[in-house]
Amino acid sequence: MIGTGSMAGGLLMWLWLWLLAGPGGAVWPQPQHVRVWPGSSSRLVPARFRFGYARDSAVGPGCAVLDQAFLRYWRLLFAAQRRPPEYEQLWEMSCNELLVSVTKPGCEDYPNMDSEESYKLSISEDSFLLTADSVWGALRGLETFSQLVGRAEDGTYYVNKTDIVDFPRFRYRGLLLDTSRHYLPVKAILETLDVMAYNKLNVFHWHIVDDPSFPYESAAFPDLSEKGAYNPITHVYTPNDVKLVIEHARLRGIRVIPEFDTPGHTLSWGPGAPGLLTPCYIGSKPSGAYGPVNPILNSTYQFMAVLFREVSTVFPDFYLHLGGDEVEFTCWLLDMVSSYGKGYVVWQEVFDNGVKVKPDTIIHVWKESVPYQHKMAQVTKAGYRALLSAPWYLNHISYGQDWLAAYKVEPLQFAGSSEQKALVIGGEACMWGEYVDATNLTPRLWPRAGAVAERLWSNETVRDLQDAYYRLADFRCKLLGRGIQAEPLFVGYCDHEYSRS
Amino acid sequence: MIGTGSMAGGLLMWLWLWLLAGPGGAVWPQPQHVRVWPGSSSRLVPARFRFGYARDSAVGPGCAVLDQAFLRYWRLLFAAQRRPPEYEQLWEMSCNELLVSVTKPGCEDYPNMDSEESYKLSISEDSFLLTADSVWGALRGLETFSQLVGRAEDGTYYVNKTDIVDFPRFRYRGLLLDTSRHYLPVKAILETLDVMAYNKLNVFHWHIVDDPSFPYESAAFPDLSEKGAYNPITHVYTPNDVKLVIEHARLRGIRVIPEFDTPGHTLSWGPGAPGLLTPCYIGSKPSGAYGPVNPILNSTYQFMAVLFREVSTVFPDFYLHLGGDEVEFTCWRSNPEINSFMKQMGFGQDYTELESFYIQRLLDMVSSYGKGYVVWQEVFDNGVKVKPDTIIHVWKESVPYQHKMAQVTKAGYRALLSAPWYLNHISYGQDWLAAYKVEPLQFAGSSEQKALVIGGEACMWGEYVDATNLTPRLWPRAGAVAERLWSNETVRDLQDAYYRLADFRCKLLGRGIQAEPLFVGYCDHEYSRS
Repeated sequence: MIGTGSMAGGLLMWLWLWLLAGPGGAVWPQPQHVRVWPGSSSRLVPARFRFGYARDSAVGPGCAVLDQAFLRYWRLLFAAQRRPPEYEQLWEMSCNELLVSVTKPGCEDYPNMDSEESYKLSISEDSFLLTADSVWGALRGLETFSQLVGRAEDGTYYVNKTDIVDFPRFRYRGLLLDTSRHYLPVKAILETLDVMAYNKLNVFHWHIVDDPSFPYESAAFPDLSEKGAYNPITHVYTPNDVKLVIEHARLRGIRVIPEFDTPGHTLSWGPGAPGLLTPCYIGSKPSGAYGPVNPILNSTYQFMAVLFREVSTVFPDFYLHLGGDEVEFTCWLLDMVSSYGKGYVVWQEVFDNGVKVKPDTIIHVWKESVPYQHKMAQVTKAGYRALLSAPWYLNHISYGQDWLAAYKVEPLQFAGSSEQKALVIGGEACMWGEYVDATNLTPRLWPRAGAVAERLWSNETVRDLQDAYYRLADFRCKLLGRGIQAEPLFVGYCDHEYSRS
Repeated sequence: MIGTGSMAGGLLMWLWLWLLAGPGGAVWPQPQHVRVWPGSSSRLVPARFRFGYARDSAVGPGCAVLDQAFLRYWRLLFAAQRRPPEYEQLWEMSCNELLVSVTKPGCEDYPNMDSEESYKLSISEDSFLLTADSVWGALRGLETFSQLVGRAEDGTYYVNKTDIVDFPRFRYRGLLLDTSRHYLPVKAILETLDVMAYNKLNVFHWHIVDDPSFPYESAAFPDLSEKGAYNPITHVYTPNDVKLVIEHARLRGIRVIPEFDTPGHTLSWGPGAPGLLTPCYIGSKPSGAYGPVNPILNSTYQFMAVLFREVSTVFPDFYLHLGGDEVEFTCWRSNPEINSFMKQMGFGQDYTELESFYIQRLLDMVSSYGKGYVVWQEVFDNGVKVKPDTIIHVWKESVPYQHKMAQVTKAGYRALLSAPWYLNHISYGQDWLAAYKVEPLQFAGSSEQKALVIGGEACMWGEYVDATNLTPRLWPRAGAVAERLWSNETVRDLQDAYYRLADFRCKLLGRGIQAEPLFVGYCDHEYSRS
């Protein structure tokens, strides 16, 4: 009865899953340089372990990004079994302390495209030291540290002597959620941000509105969600919700890039913005149906100017995603957004259609019909920066271990010069919402999106499928331990299975 | 950016999803006969509504199956917002009462293949009446009633004047869970049983052990789970767990058929039962690996006799599933003792003969315990002589299953269909449609042959499924199979099915079930992990 199943999973025999007793130490995504001394380990006692700032650190107590991360990771490590130590006593000696030293001051900013995410971790019997240029790098190092801690059979925690030097291969490591085809409760978005941080992903691309619904509550145009959301009370994102998402992301070193796709994909805008959409005709009479945004009316441009000014203010990231596929309208829109001091990402059609875009525009390559490698070559040849999503439409599911296909992708494998390759800023896993809502988002995303995360963070040479399987299966068990409903890769078990609480 | 997605869902335009305001009244699976008067409705006030037994009912208070169902459905209807009325006052008048009248006495039994599940529901402004031959039919009627109740914008509950005469098309409407490839916590199994009842499914096929792990805690052979489970403490089903599952199922009119698949699919049995599995050889030496159950040793049959006697007692259903599929011959072929036995028995090089030799003895043994059995189609394909009342489980997708259904029924055996319903096989888009379009009796055969098709079963094999993704992967997809097996053959309109299934899925969310969406849209109350 299960022959087909067994064959589909045949690449990796189930037998060696018995080995998966899940010791700490495997890290996902794989750091750039790791050296472990398995024989030499330190024990961690929850009540006597804490995170602290090193004396030479340019940031110290009061830095919300790290203060909160210390609390978070203490809880993740020790699963809320005991309360964390008093953080007021942070500078006193304690039994074990991970000392964090950040070179550059600054804690209040948002992460951006140029944020430095490298870090060094040095764990020995004498001391645990994490150094980073910026708080964002420190966050990445804390995540790595949390994955290094193992638990022995007797319940004690330990960490092996380890040296790690780590940095991301690509600076843009994104994930798209679609909150228009199905509304996603804020809680689901925040949890996704948590898991993104566990995977060292750093951009949340929020495809917030589209044809089916308009859940973004606009201050300037409240009718848009009042009339375009599935429900104007329960299925909307209030200004406060949006702030919550942005701050939750910031505290995890994640940027939020919202997408307001125009002039197509805007049917839900219609009810709340009379005259905005193009009336369709049958013969000489309006049919009652509507098409894309009407690009021939001045009122359209006035409307867009106000809406995008609002969006530019609400979302602090330098970049907006503008969607886009039609020439004239898009030209105007890009100019306008530039005038607000913003950069933009656009889907590849804007490039394909020959729209004149600023040189620093990011072209988002998504089409699977033409080999995407060809498009990557074209885009970078033209001097634009490229963002890859085509092979990473994770909403497309199939039977078996489909994380492998996502994992095997090599973003720089296209014909082009090294200058061209340097223009590839990274990639993005997309979880479009036709068939996805809060009921199935988490198991469909994780650990599958982890395959994309490792491809974008780790060294190009990290491609061993069997090793990746081990580490990803282990990482998935860690996710269960953190309460994340991440689905299994294949036959096997975790010490602590998922259980709805 | 989402062009491909939109096209994949193109069969059903998203636009009319706006219409899905989800009034009560749509029922899944579709009853055989329904008449609704939409203009004429009764209001239900939670504090003044209750379920009760009609005066002429052959069962009354004290019948656990119905007493508990009354509580359950009261809570499902009114979402625990208020506590249910005192059931001690059951015979007093109240504002609205659904009176249940059961013709045949009896409440303590287990449902079986011949259980009567028909019911009639008559809802008018004056009275709500549910009549059924047996408590099992009454359960089905209660589920239907619960789906008829709608909620108006102002929060009030109502039910339209409705007459329903309903009965299942097939008597076996099953669902398989696989607890060997991944362990499923008892809680996940119980929840699945709940949702099966919402779908009027009536057989839980428990594929409890297999190669990867042996979570069944045997009284006779505790070493099997001690050494064969993923973890002998946390990843096992204790005798108490098994009882809990069986009783939870019984209270919902669901049979539990356990499967102990042999002689293949038994690797996890090895550590706890030394000598049971065939040692594989490389050349003249044992390789250290093991193959299927060793069919040439008396000790094997002694072991099986004890184990299956236990299983026959623990599981009350008349039927056991004995597996018998996918036996891998490589190991048998490598083993010199097996080969000399083959020679001695005159089997030549035909290892299916050896497999049949084993299966034959196993079937005789289980028969002697007073049990019937279900076997996978290979047992039939290999020409094993089985009792005439054996159920052949058709699962292979390589040969058209219609051909196999014809063969099996032509030979006079009862057939159970699963081939088109491997729901573990997922694909992008609305794949419930393929499951829904299946017509189990669409094969070349006489009406006598068609009558031998007892039903079908949705299978959720566990290679890629555990408690993290079981529920959204099962529901509402398995609902497509449930309607095909319950409703009339003529119920095939895809658009109507889409409306009702999407509505039913919103109802499932309301009941706290993590059922995934069919397509773009929303429910008034979205899922939220509590």
